[in-house]
Amino acid sequence: MLDIRNLHVSINDKPILRGIDLTVRAGEVHAIMGPNGSGKSTLAHVLAGHEGYTVTAGEVRYLGRNLLELSPELRAREGIFLAFQYPVEIPGVANIYLLKAAVNALRQHRGEPELDAVDFLALVKDKLKLMGMDTDLLYRSVNEGFSGGEKKRNEILQMAVLEPRLALLDETDSGLDIDALKVVAGGVNAMRSPERAMVLVTHYQRLLNYIVPDQVHVLAQGRIALSGGRELALELENRGYGWVEAAAGPAGGGA
Amino acid sequence: MASSTVKLDELISQEYKHGFFTSVETDTVPRGLSEDVIRLISAKKGEPDFLLEWRLKAYRHWLTMAEPHWATVHHPAIDYQDITYYSAPKSRQDGPKSLDEVDPELLRTYEKLGVPLEERALLAGVAVDAVFDSVSVATTFKDKLAGLGIIFCSFSEAVREHPELVRQYLGSVVPYTDNFFASLNSAVFSDGSFCYIPPGVRCPMELSTYFRINARNTGQFERTLIIADKGAYVSYLEGCTAPMRDENQLHAAVVELIALEDAQIKYATVQNWYPGDKEGHGGIYNFVTKRGDCRGANSKISWTQVETGSAITWKYPSVILQGDNAVGEFYSVALTNHYQQADTGTKMIHLGKNTRSTILSKGISAGHGSNAYRGLVKVAKSAVGARNYTQCDSLLLGDRCAAHTFPYIEVKNPTARVEHEASTSRIGEDQLFYCQSRGIAPEDAVSMIVSGFCKEVFKELPMEFAVEAQKLLGVSLEGSIG
Repeated sequence: MLDIRNLHVSINDKPILRGIDLTVRAGEVHAIMGPNGSGKSTLAHVLAGHEGYTVTAGEVRYLGRNLLELSPELRAREGIFLAFQYPVEIPGVANIYLLKAAVNALRQHRGEPELDAVDFLALVKDKLKLMGMDTDLLYRSVNEGFSGGEKKRNEILQMAVLEPRLALLDETDSGLDIDALKVVAGGVNAMRSPERAMVLVTHYQRLLNYIVPDQVHVLAQGRIALSGGRELALELENRGYGWVEAAAGPAGGGA
Repeated sequence: MASSTVKLDELISQEYKHGFFTSVETDTVPRGLSEDVIRLISAKKGEPDFLLEWRLKAYRHWLTMAEPHWATVHHPAIDYQDITYYSAPKSRQDGPKSLDEVDPELLRTYEKLGVPLEERALLAGVAVDAVFDSVSVATTFKDKLAGLGIIFCSFSEAVREHPELVRQYLGSVVPYTDNFFASLNSAVFSDGSFCYIPPGVRCPMELSTYFRINARNTGQFERTLIIADKGAYVSYLEGCTAPMRDENQLHAAVVELIALEDAQIKYATVQNWYPGDKEGHGGIYNFVTKRGDCRGANSKISWTQVETGSAITWKYPSVILQGDNAVGEFYSVALTNHYQQADTGTKMIHLGKNTRSTILSKGISAGHGSNAYRGLVKVAKSAVGARNYTQCDSLLLGDRCAAHTFPYIEVKNPTARVEHEASTSRIGEDQLFYCQSRGIAPEDAVSMIVSGFCKEVFKELPMEFAVEAQKLLGVSLEGSIG
């Protein structure tokens, strides 16, 4: 589904990613771990199409297409979803209105008719229950005045409604207490399916107790320094990131 | 992030879509201003002596005044002798009796604006008094209104048919000495709308006027006078859009509203005059004096405005709350883009007991646009228990625009309660990216955010006007679901 080859990315001429290779197949869940500043979030943002980053080399294929030439909204319409680490507040725009605009943008792209208000509301309320959220949250402005936990749940709610093929979850566990973490993880697990792939970006192993990944990759100095199964995450928890970083070599090393 | 700033710029720099030119013959007085020109205008319109005298007094007073420069707007000096003060479509000379007799060129103009007069009148149940340049050319639903005793006609007609009402109320809210532009208007006003609702009558339809500026180099000096007698109700809509041109045009209108005991007037405006091009050339100067007088107890006046046009907007629709328990409201959305400048707001003058006022102002600045809210809340000694709530919000798009807020508060009665809230926010690249990552195109995202920002004001507009406002901001309105 997703094929990343030798991806180099810089921001304001400063290299962040220095040659990422990663293949994600349908049905798989990959965890990207790594110390702060290793480029985890950059990877998620680049895949979603954020324009603040410059791809200096490499390629990304998504469902056989060159992903990098697509605008962010086209990527979304083609089934890529980014759950933000810091969901953005949009005052005055009701949560449900953003959701409806998004659903209809995706449907239109697929040549389907727009959902009418009744069907749409039924769909949303169904997913709302899954996330243990109150209906009134739909009518509040997007993320405005939401608690940290509400924001993260709201991201997963959007994901559940939009049903992406490739979900990128950027530090979805950060700032969540254990109960909220369970709810969010439950929402994510409910969406696991043979047609859908997920990439979890996380600093801590904790999330992976609830969402068990098929593969774990450790990012250090802009490269995947180590890949393995679930047990790699546990080893990281015990040993920290230092030994991986040391093995990856000094920052600024040639690509 | 330079590339995304460029993109934001493209989104907000779409050219004025209503720019075109109608070739209707006009009957124009020579340029310049003098007592002779005023006499000529008055004579052409066959006015009674009292009105000519009033115009001349205004003119003589105007000569003693200086153009005001306290607003946060900048423009080259206006040469008042280089303006044509009167122009009427020639085809009017025989006076069209119905829409069939209206110059088809004119009707096409309205159609280009997406406002087919006849359809609109019929479908929406709106009586339309169309002001084309300076003279009203079509009035509909007059008979139906007349049956209720409602007078809704051009100002000239009111002068001919109801001189006593004109004489009684003209200048009673905005005197000819009020300010530079109001004095100029009083001297040279060409036409406008007049509306009188008799006691106890609720006007059954929204009254609407379409203003349009179309003669080259012709200042437009509209005069509107609306009187709601005791217990009467009227909702009045004013909307306009103008053709493309490259010379600055002065527009100095005066609107006077009078609400007697228990009466209510709602006045809504959608203003979309030519704002000038992307570099800031051309565009309308819109220097307007709008004021309502809640003269009787329990009366209410509401101003709602959506201002997206003009190179410069300078206007402060105000309410004088004389009667006890009177209510004044001001709801405003003002958008400035490119090099547009707006200095707008309101004045709420509390004189009566337990008078209440609400001010809700939403300023949107984009490009190099500059947007200022200037508002005065004045509570006189007599205004026991007066209350005011003011909220001013500014939204910025890009990083070269400006927003200013100048609230003036004068309270002379200790029982008064005055609240003021203000906020400034910006449509950020992060908000756009967030929407895009949900599949929403950036232009739709901007519309959605702007629309959300204006929601509270749009709610105050009559339905059909909300649709126009929506069109104008290029947005899909919120609240369609849930």
